[in-house]
Amino acid sequence: MKSAVIVFPGSNCDRDMAVALEKITGTKPLMVWHQEHTFDTVDFVALPGGFSYGDYLRCGAMSARSNVMKEVIKRAEDGVPTFGVCNGFQVLTETGLLPGALMRNANLHFVCKDVRMSVENTDTMFTSDYAGDSEITVPVAHHDGNYFADDDTLDRLEGEGQVAFRYLDDINGAQRGIAGITNARGNILGMMPHPERMIEPAFGGSDGRKLFTSVMNRLG
Amino acid sequence: MQDVNNIKITAEIVKEHGLTPGEYDRIVGAMGREPNYTELGIYSVMWSEHCSYKSSRFHLKKLPTEAPWVICGPGENAGVIDIGDGQAVIFKMESHNHPSYIEPYQGAATGVGGILRDVFTMGARPVANMNALRFGEPDHPKTKHLLAGVVEGIGGYGNCVGVPTVGGETNFDPSYNGNILVNAMTVGVADKDKIFYCAAAGVGNPVVYVGSKTGRDGIHGATMASAEFTEDSEEKRPTVQVGDPFTEKLLIEACLELMDTDAIIAIQDMGAAGLTSSSVEMASKGGVGFELNLDKVPQREENMTPYEMCLSESQERMLMVLKPGREAMAHAIFEKWELDFAVIGEITDTGKLTLTFGGEVVGDMPIDSLVEDAPEYERPYVPTPKREVADVAAVNDLNQAVMDLVGGPHLCSRRWIWEQYDHMVMGDTIQRPGGDAAVVRVHGTDKALAISTDVTPRYCHADPVEGGRQAVAETWRNITAVGGTPLAITNGLNFGNPERTDIMGQFVGCLEGMGEACRALDYPIVSGNVSLYNETNGSGILPTPAIGGVGVMADSSKMATIGFKTAGDVIVLIGDTKDELGSSLYEREMVGNNTDNPSAPPHVDLALERRNGDFVRALIENGQVTTCHDLSDGGLVAALADMAISGGMGVSANVESDLPLHVALFSETQARYLIAAGAEAAEEIRKEAKDAGIPVQVLGTAGGDRFTINGGAVDVAMSELAAAHSDWMPSFMAKAS
Repeated sequence: MKSAVIVFPGSNCDRDMAVALEKITGTKPLMVWHQEHTFDTVDFVALPGGFSYGDYLRCGAMSARSNVMKEVIKRAEDGVPTFGVCNGFQVLTETGLLPGALMRNANLHFVCKDVRMSVENTDTMFTSDYAGDSEITVPVAHHDGNYFADDDTLDRLEGEGQVAFRYLDDINGAQRGIAGITNARGNILGMMPHPERMIEPAFGGSDGRKLFTSVMNRLG
Repeated sequence: MQDVNNIKITAEIVKEHGLTPGEYDRIVGAMGREPNYTELGIYSVMWSEHCSYKSSRFHLKKLPTEAPWVICGPGENAGVIDIGDGQAVIFKMESHNHPSYIEPYQGAATGVGGILRDVFTMGARPVANMNALRFGEPDHPKTKHLLAGVVEGIGGYGNCVGVPTVGGETNFDPSYNGNILVNAMTVGVADKDKIFYCAAAGVGNPVVYVGSKTGRDGIHGATMASAEFTEDSEEKRPTVQVGDPFTEKLLIEACLELMDTDAIIAIQDMGAAGLTSSSVEMASKGGVGFELNLDKVPQREENMTPYEMCLSESQERMLMVLKPGREAMAHAIFEKWELDFAVIGEITDTGKLTLTFGGEVVGDMPIDSLVEDAPEYERPYVPTPKREVADVAAVNDLNQAVMDLVGGPHLCSRRWIWEQYDHMVMGDTIQRPGGDAAVVRVHGTDKALAISTDVTPRYCHADPVEGGRQAVAETWRNITAVGGTPLAITNGLNFGNPERTDIMGQFVGCLEGMGEACRALDYPIVSGNVSLYNETNGSGILPTPAIGGVGVMADSSKMATIGFKTAGDVIVLIGDTKDELGSSLYEREMVGNNTDNPSAPPHVDLALERRNGDFVRALIENGQVTTCHDLSDGGLVAALADMAISGGMGVSANVESDLPLHVALFSETQARYLIAAGAEAAEEIRKEAKDAGIPVQVLGTAGGDRFTINGGAVDVAMSELAAAHSDWMPSFMAKAS
């Protein structure tokens, strides 16, 4: 599986994502700088965590309008599996590829800790290997992870199985405890927790691995 | 605008610059004429306590700074040690006390930014941040506001830059009511053959400014940091700098990218006293002169004067000397990262710092005089008197004492703080905050760094020499307790007004103890900083020489943690317990202490420290033990409680001792560790310890849902103890002021 990690000024989990992808898929990902207009064909595009453009204006707002995102949007719409973590999720909502917005955490504090989640839909290309797991633990690290969308959108997300992950505790005030969602077609996933930080026992667990292996299995 | 240089220098102006009349005469002597206003400003910061170490230098020289693994000791931006395999660790601790009290968010944030720059300036990628924080008593009206702001600031900067904040310490004491302490530490990793220094070289070579533009913020920050606070200190807010971690992140990447080429001859961050101190430092180290054209300095604001540009402490700026002809290539890298890049001058052979502006020379000073002629004071001091050994009374209700201490401000969980720090980014944190030392893997290897910050100001106040020893020994012990081999330390020396003989006595005493400990433990000091004048209206802080220790472990899979792992594991105490409740946490919190005449703190026997520690480390390295905790504040009870709470299980212990029970439980005798292992392994360890002549006692077993000592002399429900431990800080911070 060939993947690309998009790097914006201020991205800071780009290396973590690259390390996880290389460890799990066996192939070093392509690192793509935000100013590029295009990049090699890949099977999987990852938008990493961090503080792109310093979170100035709104988290992810400026990155969503960068050169490279025009290409990422095009490919995502063509069906290329696209995965945004934390700031990457914020970028995906800012582009409109995913609905809703990530607001400041309800308690106004940055939060970095392991969180328990349920996998709400194991029929997606990102979650199939979680079938049978009642609960997984993956860390969060964010200041703006409070997922918001209007009730109609939330009902639609729930109804269409687009809620991929749900917090089992209140972490940031997110509507209906939503931690991660997919688009209707199911080839785009955005989530606040960091599966790339939970891929070996030395980090406290390996629950993040199955996300990557699910995609690998799907792509064959 | 250059008009400021026409201002006649009066005694009043000299005083405003924090210089004594004697120091002014010295400047006139060094220059052979009266300085102009800009030059006076530059001398005032270069000769400030903060930059010149004028009160401390004489004593700092006595500290041990060498070992075979030390690549670079004090005097550069940070210390450098060899960790083998062609790699080096670069680290330093620095204080940002005065600004953090005035403006806690920005003060703390820029403290983190500054120490990060000190480390990546030398070619290292920063891999971990730590901190040592002191606040006033919890009930003081400002404490919550300051704690919240400082934590927010540290997180705001470190999280954005993407360097994990992996640990630290937080204490409360009334002596910090008017002077909080914010000491930040950064640890970085570099290739041993790619370390960058600040000595400029090559007449005619370009001097290059990179990073953020220069504004009017932070002017005279270094001078402020060299004076006591009074009621009007709030008015000093404009001297606090404003940080931009996003720019810092870009600056790190751009500098490291340029460092991968061979373009850089010398590089230095612009920290305290900004452009002035960085250029003077680089020129002085290289034995050359600098000519700077201030018109070329990237400026954020209009009509800035030379005085303002030279003294601004705007953040996220660096100064470099490049090889000739590499400017365009370097410029392209900084352009990619959207940072300013400007050639602002060149190296000369004049030995002077020459500043031009608008075609005129606005400053011309001999470099030597700015550095070497800075005053050095051997300030008079009175050693702290020897203290009496205390007979500390028992309390009626031991259970209550355990609950109050473990669930009180001093021993409670710091989770509320460290959950606001991204402590995992970079993907190598293998021991998160809350243990004895943070452990961060060296990227791509099985090796790891163990890092700990410690000092016990109560001890330093009662007996500076013991306190100095203990601070060093405690970091050594904490690194040992996770299985690391301690290698070297950095320090943040926070004291009151050195012009007071008793304060100077504390300083000299602490340094004496630190030096002894460093020598005895082969644990040299490779970097640090001094923060004096931590006083408000004549009332000083407890002497607080914060130590940041770094160690290495070859096989990080052997690492030990504090939490009990398996019910039924046998708990073993290594080290002897003595009647040492003097200046303990128990004494202060349970029976009260006399701050004017404190009781003698525990004695630090460095030979014993080393023997017990080496024994414990070997157990971890051999894979015999993965559960270990050192004993410190709160003694045996506090350590047992930490291990039980962290492991999520109870304890049943039986302490055999000739001492009264409250002494055995709360004494803070040094050089002690608790370990836990399966019954057979524990028995083996007990025998090994006996054979090695190391005091050892089997205390009991882990497991169950109660915290029980000596058949019910202490007996509390684990759920209650754990709740008290975890809840104190969140409920304190949530309470309305």
